[in-house]
Amino acid sequence: MDKQEKEPLFSAKNLKLLTGPLGKNNPITVQVLGICSALAITVKLKPALVMALSVIAVISISNVVIASLRKYIPERIRIIVQLVVIATLVILVDQFLKAFAFEVSKQLSVFVGLIITNCIIMGRLEAFAMANKPWPSFIDGLGNGAGYGIILVIVAFFRELLGSGTVLDYPLVQITGAYSTGYENNGMMILPPMALIVVGIIIWVQRSRDKSLIENK
Amino acid sequence: MENLLNIFVKSIFVDNMVFAYFLGMCSYLAVSKTVKTSVGLGIAVVFVLFITVPVDFLIEKYLLKKGALVWLGEGFADVDLSFLTFMVFIAVIAAMVQLVEMVIEKFSPALYNSLGIFLPLIAVNCAILGASLFMQEREYANVLEATVFGVGSGVGWLLAIVGIAAIREKLRYSKVPDPLKGLGITFIITGLMAIAFMGFMGINL
Repeated sequence: MDKQEKEPLFSAKNLKLLTGPLGKNNPITVQVLGICSALAITVKLKPALVMALSVIAVISISNVVIASLRKYIPERIRIIVQLVVIATLVILVDQFLKAFAFEVSKQLSVFVGLIITNCIIMGRLEAFAMANKPWPSFIDGLGNGAGYGIILVIVAFFRELLGSGTVLDYPLVQITGAYSTGYENNGMMILPPMALIVVGIIIWVQRSRDKSLIENK
Repeated sequence: MENLLNIFVKSIFVDNMVFAYFLGMCSYLAVSKTVKTSVGLGIAVVFVLFITVPVDFLIEKYLLKKGALVWLGEGFADVDLSFLTFMVFIAVIAAMVQLVEMVIEKFSPALYNSLGIFLPLIAVNCAILGASLFMQEREYANVLEATVFGVGSGVGWLLAIVGIAAIREKLRYSKVPDPLKGLGITFIITGLMAIAFMGFMGINL
């Protein structure tokens, strides 16, 4: 116990918590968590970014709260306690978005509420925050939130670029003049099925670069 | 009656939980390895939706909406509790899941054992909360419509997970590129199934 007390804030172990989820331990492509809300809001980059930030905020704060309370939460009712903490934070995020970013909040519609049931958050609370101190839990939340966000942003970037020809509403394709050569936007990319296929391709690329992730069946 | 049928068919095929909104993907991917368990989980989801959506509808109508508390007296006409929606819905869902878990454990221990950890996970299955939130957003007129919507969504989800499970069972015998094995190919097949389901778009009875 004492040894951990003296650990520096950004020790190698903590840094690993932060960077692990970005690659080898990515919540979406490796742990298969939190896909529910990940795909529906990736048509455009902007809602995806807002969603990623919301999830990062909720996951890191709830991790800290649960980690600080972990010794006082009775085993039997821990799920309800976790849900209440998450739901409170999500309500805050929802009200905040409604007040300061109404347009985006309309685009995200029910998916802000669905952060509550995002399995990444419950998963991290159960697997990490219930057994660790607040500071590592915070880092862990930050890392996992970022790992989730990065996939969201990659998917949204490609879907917006190929589907609408824009990046963050900036008409990139039009400026390069590709339309005059006969290039056309692929309307398919905007439709829901393509989100699944893009994630499938990301998994493919990631696993062919890192053979250790391949499932043996 | 026609209206109800329309909502039912729409929620199964056109607004399919998995293919149009990606809801409940976590358990969809994790449990869809064999047809048998996926049928069990699918039925559990239908059952939970059948209970939670109407209950949430009534709570929304008589407790949370702006002016919903008017039955308590004139003084409550301005009370707007809608910011509590998430909290109340998730509490109802968690309680219902607990109930379903106890019922299944009592009546079908075999199913209970095969569903294992995924039963409590229904509580955080986005399809359940998602259905309640969609029910709220689409403003269904009465309890009946809400119930039909809930059951329809559940059946749609059941259909999706049984479909993918059947495909995955056959997939074991095919030669998939190594990096795509397991998760990757499942995603792509789901995408293809979603494209097929888009053929139902625009159905209106």
